[in-house]
Formats: sequence, C-alpha cells, structure tokens
Amino acid sequence: MASQVHSTMKRIMPQLIILIAVLFLNFLVFPDFFRIEFQNGRLFGNLIDVLNRGAPTALLCIGMTLVIATKGIDLSVGAVMAIAGATAASIVVDGHSWQTALLGALAVGALCGFWNGFLVAYLRIQPIVATLVLMVAGRGIAQLITEGTILTFLNPGLIHLGAGTMVGVPTPIVIWVLLGLIVTAVVRKTALGMLIEAIGINESSSRLAGINSRVLIVCVYLISGFCAALAGVIVAADIKGADANNAGLWLELDAILAVVIGGNSLLGGRFSILASLLGALIIQSVNSVILLSGLPPEFNLVIKALLIIAILVIQSPTVKHALYILRASAEPTPPAPAPVQEVKEGTQ
Amino acid sequence: MIRSTHLPLLITIATFILAYTLCASQYPAMLSTRVVANLLTDNAFLGIAAVGMTFVILSGGIDLSVGSVIAFTGVFLAVIMRDTSIHPLAAFALVLAVTIAFGAAMGAMIHYLEMPPFIVTLAGMFLARGAAYVLSTDSVPIAHEFYDTLQSLYWKAPGGGRFRLTGIIMLLTFLTGIIVAHRTKFGQNVYAVGGGLPTARLMGVPLAQTTIGIYATSGGLAGLAGIVFSLYTSAGYSLATVGVELDAIAAVVIGGTLLTGGTGFVAGTFFGILIMGLIQTFIVFDGTLSSWWTKIVIGGLLFGFILLQKGLTWATTLRRKPATEFAAQS
Amino acid sequence: MASTQSPVLECKGISKFFPGAIALDAVDLKLYPGEVHALLGENGAGKSTLIKCLTGAYRRDGGMILLDGEEVSPRSTQDSQKLGIGTVYQEVNLLPNLTIAENLFLGRQPMRGGFIAQRKMHAMAKDLLAEFGLKVNPAEPLETYSVAVQQVVAIARAVELSGKVLILDEPTASLDRDEVQLVFSVIEKLKARGLAIVFITHFLDQVFEISDRATVLRNGRVIGTRELAGTTQTDIVTLMLGRQLEDRIHDRAPSEAGDTLIELKNFGRRGVMEPFDLTVRKGEVVGLAGLLGSGRTETSNLIFGAIHADQGEALLEGQRISLKSPRDAIGHRFALCPEDRKNDGIVGDLSVRENIILALQARQGWFRPLPKAKINELAEAYVKALDIRLASLDMPIRLLSGGNQQKVLLARWLATNPSFLILDEPTRGIDVGAHAEIIALIERLREDGMALLVASSELEELVAYSTRVIVLRDRRQVRELKGDEITTANIVTAIADEQMAEAV
Repeated sequence: MASQVHSTMKRIMPQLIILIAVLFLNFLVFPDFFRIEFQNGRLFGNLIDVLNRGAPTALLCIGMTLVIATKGIDLSVGAVMAIAGATAASIVVDGHSWQTALLGALAVGALCGFWNGFLVAYLRIQPIVATLVLMVAGRGIAQLITEGTILTFLNPGLIHLGAGTMVGVPTPIVIWVLLGLIVTAVVRKTALGMLIEAIGINESSSRLAGINSRVLIVCVYLISGFCAALAGVIVAADIKGADANNAGLWLELDAILAVVIGGNSLLGGRFSILASLLGALIIQSVNSVILLSGLPPEFNLVIKALLIIAILVIQSPTVKHALYILRASAEPTPPAPAPVQEVKEGTQ
Repeated sequence: MIRSTHLPLLITIATFILAYTLCASQYPAMLSTRVVANLLTDNAFLGIAAVGMTFVILSGGIDLSVGSVIAFTGVFLAVIMRDTSIHPLAAFALVLAVTIAFGAAMGAMIHYLEMPPFIVTLAGMFLARGAAYVLSTDSVPIAHEFYDTLQSLYWKAPGGGRFRLTGIIMLLTFLTGIIVAHRTKFGQNVYAVGGGLPTARLMGVPLAQTTIGIYATSGGLAGLAGIVFSLYTSAGYSLATVGVELDAIAAVVIGGTLLTGGTGFVAGTFFGILIMGLIQTFIVFDGTLSSWWTKIVIGGLLFGFILLQKGLTWATTLRRKPATEFAAQS
Repeated sequence: MASTQSPVLECKGISKFFPGAIALDAVDLKLYPGEVHALLGENGAGKSTLIKCLTGAYRRDGGMILLDGEEVSPRSTQDSQKLGIGTVYQEVNLLPNLTIAENLFLGRQPMRGGFIAQRKMHAMAKDLLAEFGLKVNPAEPLETYSVAVQQVVAIARAVELSGKVLILDEPTASLDRDEVQLVFSVIEKLKARGLAIVFITHFLDQVFEISDRATVLRNGRVIGTRELAGTTQTDIVTLMLGRQLEDRIHDRAPSEAGDTLIELKNFGRRGVMEPFDLTVRKGEVVGLAGLLGSGRTETSNLIFGAIHADQGEALLEGQRISLKSPRDAIGHRFALCPEDRKNDGIVGDLSVRENIILALQARQGWFRPLPKAKINELAEAYVKALDIRLASLDMPIRLLSGGNQQKVLLARWLATNPSFLILDEPTRGIDVGAHAEIIALIERLREDGMALLVASSELEELVAYSTRVIVLRDRRQVRELKGDEITTANIVTAIADEQMAEAV
C-alpha cells in the first residue's frame, strides 16, 4: 500500500509542483488568496473559486483521460454539454422534477458518448473525425431543444446543482471531487484501467490476449459523454439557463489540455486521472492569477497559449529524446543500449 | 473519363445541383443572379480559408487556428489603420507576412518537434485569438477611402446580382489552389505526404520544406480571408469568426477530401462551400426554419460523406484492376 | 556463367554488429550483369541486414562494397539510388493515392513554364511501362491497380532512378500465380538489359524458375553460393535449414496420446490458407514445418480466431464450436503465443506482472479483478518456474530481453490453464539458454496431458519435441510424418519435394 502511495506521488509530482507554483503566484499578486471564510453557511475565498470554476473542465477531463488512454480523442464534449444543459432545462421547464431532468440529461450524454464510441469501435472511423460530427451538429441539436433561446428556469433543485452548497461546500466541487474519486476507484480497483491502458499501448496484442477492445472503447466514450452531460447540467444550473451557443464553448480544448498537462500521452497508454484533475486546476489557477494580478483579461489566452507551447515542447518526442541522450551521456556509467533504441523507436 | 477517385467530387457536385434544383423549385427567386452573387460574397472569407484547409487536410494534418487568425487579421488591420496613417495595401502586406510566418512556425513545430498538428494548431488558435484580444477587445471600425473604393468595385450582372471584389478574390484563390495542387511539385508533395509520410520520405520528398510550406499556405490564406472579412464587415473584432475552422473543415470533407489525407480536390471544397452557403440561403428564404438546422444538416452531411469515403476506400481495395492487355505484349 | 565478366557489385567481408549480436559476419557476394541472384535464408539469417547495408539504411561495421570496381558507402536510400542500386520491397513503397505517372516521376516531373507538364508526363509513363510490357492508364491512381501492377511500377521507378543493380525484396509474397508471371516477365526483360538483380523470396519454386545463382545465408554467414542449373531443391533446403543433418536418435516417449481434443474439418480461408483437416489429441505435440510463408503462421492464426476462417468447422471434444475471434478461442481454453512478439504479443509499457495476468484477467472480465495477492502469487510462481530474469515485476516488459519476453508470454497463457496451446516460432530470436528451457517446457506440458501445436522453422527443434509433424508448402498441407518418420531429412525432402509441388 505504501509503495502504491509512493508511486502515485512520484507520478503527480510535476503537476503538483506546477500547481503549487501557480498558486503561490496567485498569493504574490493577491495576498488574501488563501483566505477562506465561512459566511451564511457557505465557504468563500479565491481558492474555493478556483475549485468551483474549474468544475466543468475537471469533469470533462475525467472522461477525456480515459478516451485519450485508448489512443482516442473526444472533440464533442463541449457540444454534448450544450445538449445536456438544454435537455435538463427543457425537462424542468416542462414541469418535471430536477431528478428527472438530471437523469434525462445524463442519459442523453451517455447516448452521445455511445454514438461516438460506436463510430470509433465498430465503424473504425478515426476518433478525431468521428467525434467531429457531433462537435459540428451538437450545438444545432442543443438549439433545437431550446428553440434558439436561452432557456431559463427557476427550479431550485436543479439550480442547487450549480449554485448551491453541500455542507458549506459549493455543489460543483462536491460533484467533481466525488466523480473523480468514483471513476478512479472503479478503474483502479477493477481491472478496467489496466485493460484500457493495454488497448492504448498495443491494440493488436490486447485483442489477441482476449480483451474485448471494441466494447471497452465504446465504454470510455460513453463515460466521456456522461461526464460532459454532468458538466453541462452544472453550467446550466449555475446561470439558471441553458445557452446552446456558449455553454461549454471550447471546453473540449481545455479538457484535452488538462489531460496533456497531466502528463498523459496523446498516443494512449498509461494514464492518471488524478494528474489530469491537477492539470484542470492548473489551468483554472492560471486564469485566476491573470484575473487577480489586474492584468487585462485579454492576456489570458496569450499566456495560456504560451504555457501550452512550453509544456508541449518539453513533452515532445524529439525534445524528450534529446534530454534522454543528454542525461545518459552525463551519467558516469552509460545505461544499456537497449532502452536508448526503444526511445528512438518511439519517435518514429 | 470517370475515375474512381473522382467519385466523391462528382457526388458533391451532384448533391449541390440536386439541392439547388430543390431549392429553386420551391423558391424560383433563388435562381436569380442576385442569390448567386450573394452566395459568393457572403462565403468569400470562408472559401479562401477552406482552400488553405484543403491543403492541410490533403497532407493528413489539420489546422484549428484559421478562425482565430482571421479575427486577428481583422483586428490588426483595424488597429493599425486607426493608430497609424499606413496605407491599407501596406497593411495588407504586413499582415500577410505575419500570418504566413505564424503558419510557418506552426509547421516547423509539427515537423521538427514531431508533435501532432492537432495540438500545435490548437495552441496557435489560442495564441492568435489572444493576440487579437491584446490588440483590442472592442470592435474597431475601419474607415478609409481605399476601403470604400474596394468595396464599391463590383460587376453588375443582368438580373441585379452584384459580383463583388471579395467574391472574385475567392474564385481566384480557388483557381490558384487547383493549379498549385495538381500542376506544381509542391502540390504533388502535399499529396505524397498525405499518402504516407514514411514512403514520401523514402521517395525523396523534402518533408520539412513541404510541411512548413503547407501550414504557411494555410496561415497566409487565413490572413487573406481576414482581409476579405474586414472588407466585408468594415471592422475588426476579436470575437469574430469563432468556429470558422470547423466550417472550413466541414466544407473540405463535404467537398470529398479524405480527412485522413492524400485524396481530394480543391475544386471539391468549392462545392462544399456552395452547399453550406445554399443551406443558409434556403433557411433565409424559408423564414420559418430556424438557423440551427444549418448546423444539424451540415453535421448530417459530414457524417454521410465520412461514411461514403469509408465505403469507397473499402471498395477500392476489393476490386483492383489487373493490367489491361498485358498478355498481348509479353 | 559470367565468371569471365567482372562483377557489377561486389561485397567483400561485410560485417554488421548489433548490441549483443553479430548480424552479418564477413559476408561475400558477387553480382554479375545480366544475372538474377537469389538470396536465401530463414528469418534472422541476415538477408534484410545485408540489403540494408547495400541500400544505405544501415552503416556497415566492416568490409567493403565495390560498385563497378570502386568502393562505395551509401548513406541513405537516395544515396544508393544515385549510385545505381535500386530496391523494391514486398510492401510496395509507392504512394497508393497518387497516379501511376506521378509515382514514377515524383521529384523529377517534366516541367513546362514552371508547371508540371502533365500530358508529357503521362506519355513518358506510358512509354516507360510499355517497355516492360505493361499497358495501363498512367493517369489512374496506383491503388486502383492490383499489387502486381504496383510492383512493376515500383520496379520501373527503381530501374529509372538507379539502373545498375536492382534488389527485389520478396516482391512476389502477396501475389497469385498469374501475377507472379507478370513480375517475372519484367525481371526477364531487365536481365536482358544487363541489370544485376538480387531476388529475395521464400518460394523455392520461384527461385529455380527465375534465378541463375543462389546464395544461402544462415546466422549472418554465407553458407554457400550455387549455380542453380545443377542443383536440386533438396540441396538448397539443406543449406538453409540443416546445421548438420545427421539425425540424432531421440528418446521420444512412445506416443501415448490421449483422447482427441480438437478436430478441424476442411478449415481455411480464401487467399490465406487452403482448407485443411487437423486433429490434435491430448498429450500430443503437433509440429508445423515449412518455409517462411508456407502457411505456418496462417494455420495458427486461423485456429485461434485471429484470422476468421470462412469455411470448415471446428470440433472440441466432439462438440461443434465457433472460433470467430481470439475471445471465442480463449473461452474454449485455447492459447496462442504469436510469432511477432513485439506487435502481437507484449504490451510494451505494461509491467511484467500485468503482462502475465493480462489474458487471465481479460477472460475473467474487468469487473472481477484478480486479487492483488493472487496476482503476485501467480507472477512470482511463473517467474520462478520459467526462470524469467528481471529486476522487478514492476518493470515494463519492453525492457526485457527477447527470451525473457517470450517466457512472460508463455506465462501469460499458462496462467489461463489452457487445454490447447499454440506456439508460433516459440524460440525465434532468443538466446541459447532460454531456447533449451522452452523446449524442455514443451516436453513437460505434453507429459502433463496438454495438447500443443508448435510452428517452427527450426527443424532439429521440431524433431526433438513433436509427436507428429505436418509439413506445409504454398499454404497447404503436403505431408504428415509420424513416429520414426520424423527426421530432419524427411522434413527437408517433404518441403523440397518437387513432385508434390508439380501436382498442385
């Protein structure tokens, strides 16, 4: 058990260090950053805001991590958020309970995920192409549901999901932390995680070892759709309305980014949901530092872009290989030649 | 002579003709030159960007940055003409240089760092959009007599249609694109890279030059699209043209180009643009249909064409021709 | 034949070393103009390493290459092409999406006024291919033509670019009989033009049909070069396979095979493997012998469901079963250690422990994870039983040596407690120690009553452990050897039996 904790810590250490550094930057530009107050039965503070505002990206990156682990990608999650938000809103507007709305939205999200998974696993369409269809059509479908308006609602139950609190903690935080824990537990306590990694690393070997890769691939897209639906409901609940045009706009890119910052390879294989969640928090903390520093918010995107480029360059196969050679030649005893060859093969 | 690779192109053209006939049978007014002229004018910037996207997709890549680059170009032009007395033509040259260099830089990262185009151009998308924000978050109007001159250039066709300069630029871009794709070494190299990178390397295709050239072309054409868009709107706004890259990708795929690269036609993209424009025009004419149907129909078309290509690829591998009249010679 | 002439290409003492292995050991080769020279050898004999040294894909570590008497050292494929050495591979190295003309002239298109002169290019392509007796439409994409036509186009491009030496690396492997004739007619024409042609194939009939001389490689050494006119297939097979073909007497346990476990009737798939019958009993090792490409791997994959059989039926203990996928086969307690360990066997980034339990876990389903204690117990037991050498069970399997990887794969399947174990080239590319251990393991499993099917190119090995040997040739079963008939000499005769090939 202890060794497991140790290896997890080792895995998330870079993300943890970056997060702490960015949080410290927050503290430098805004000394009250870490102050948390308890007022009117709710926690308040900038740190809480980071956790709360980061909820949609955090939820999305849970599913996205699994999809990317199978060597896939899901471009449709932003659009699925819009569809799910619209579904939930239209259900409560029709006078049904918030529970029905939530279930309906989640079912629709899962259905979208199933569609993507079916195209990828059974029709063998490249993931980027398969999920592009729903990315393009999804917002139209959402608008169809809301009939082009921002569908507002007053159902307190549904609003509670986005703007309420549970034992003083904003509900979105509770939801993403819980879902993160549940999914991590499911993939790590069962064999699901290992089988997903096996598919991402070598699908041919996995199939010959008897893994039902098609079903598992459908599963991961289904989970991604489910996570997107939950994020969509939270975003809609937060603004008390479903905005088919803007809900979740470009969040698929933030989610993919969170996964990449989390150190997960876009080529599939080993994954860590925890590291992706830290990635999502890093993105949100960067947003926060730009906001708090009083820098005009227009710098937000430029800084984010430069950050991504820096992280990508460090992670790129060429640079990784160069670093490896550098480290290998710096060591007094050169390592066995076999691993060097392995790294080189990986870059081809 | 009909070749199997022409089939998706022919289907696209047939789809367009069929759709146009259906539209015209319901609203005969849609046959007017006015509608045709507007189709070209309204989609000019998208069409130009889609030509660049066609080259990128033919090479097996993707460019997510075009929408942001168009917005950046608009804001850049508006701001530079507001703050300096530079002539618009000089501003055009300047902005084209910037966007070409931007595209080339992305291409270099893709080639030398071996990073997926998807993620590099995603960063590029953030960067270009961010740069536009930094220049100005408000919509900046452009008022320059040269702009008025350019906007007043049109050829009035019988029937009242006004074929404007921007539409003509799009047509010229498509023509140039077609020639470059099929009649130059660069064009052939683009197809070669899309057909298989390792094989292209073995056959001596200069990969660095080609990859950088492809993304520089896409960047430059997005810049040109931005100029056209600023002529169209007489303003630069950093929130403009969000999602245009998706429309461009959709037009390319509906135009019959394989998203996996290697097969397709620049001309097909032209009809892809026309089909998408037609859907919008029809919805305007109808008046009762809501705008979101555009997205749903385009999504549906996208799916249909992806399935079609999947089927065609499968069919090609099934029936391969032997040499004709080989035995007679040997 | 051409000994009076001077060779176009001469290799003198070419050596190539890889970490821990000698891939080429002082290889000599002479190529004369106007000859077709077959290069023969099993997998790992050094054929492709030699080719890669000639084409510049590898730098040689010793020896020299003389082209027209001058020493050359090509650094890349392009480099060797410029020198005059062209290569065509089994996997057509052309771009299927481009037209035939574009493929022929990519990089050196005829230009007019800065643009490609398409009409001229098509005419040039047409003329060029006509010289090879090929009449096709050069404006059509390459992929619309059969592999044979593609192969000829590849040859035409290579000859155009180089023109002295042409290396054909298994150009006929995926062609049918008529298509092979098309390629051969082209080779004849090139021979008449005075090109020196290196022909690599594993089809012996084709070697004798088209080649003048043959050089046989084994373990990186030249075993011999023969004029084919006065040589029999048996001589060549003996050179290729036999270390010393004297037969050792094996204290083979009298075949006390048990009940029939699996019975295949008329099992096969069009274009992959001719329909065959096969019965395997408990406590029996059935060996599959044959040259590369004879159908060894195809047979294994068909039975395991990795390739879907389109005809015939399979019976397990008398019951009809379906073998549509590996999952089906594993459900019936089949297991397959594949030939291509890297691509079809190991999951490189997963740990050794995870690789061992992968198949067992996949069969159990993801929702019933094996308990940690059980996993460790299994992994440790197999590491011990098979003497797998590693630093830790947590290390990624890709860091292990070939022999240890193979043992981990064996452990993976033994952990599923199979009743029928298929091993495809179980000893390929592994060190001598591991080699002996795996053979001992096969014996032990047989004694325990398991049914085994082992495909191998190592004849001594097959003779050592098989209770029956089935000989394959050209994707069909040609002979079954039992009991005392199982000798390397008999297997070689069966593989090389010209008469049987005639009867096809």
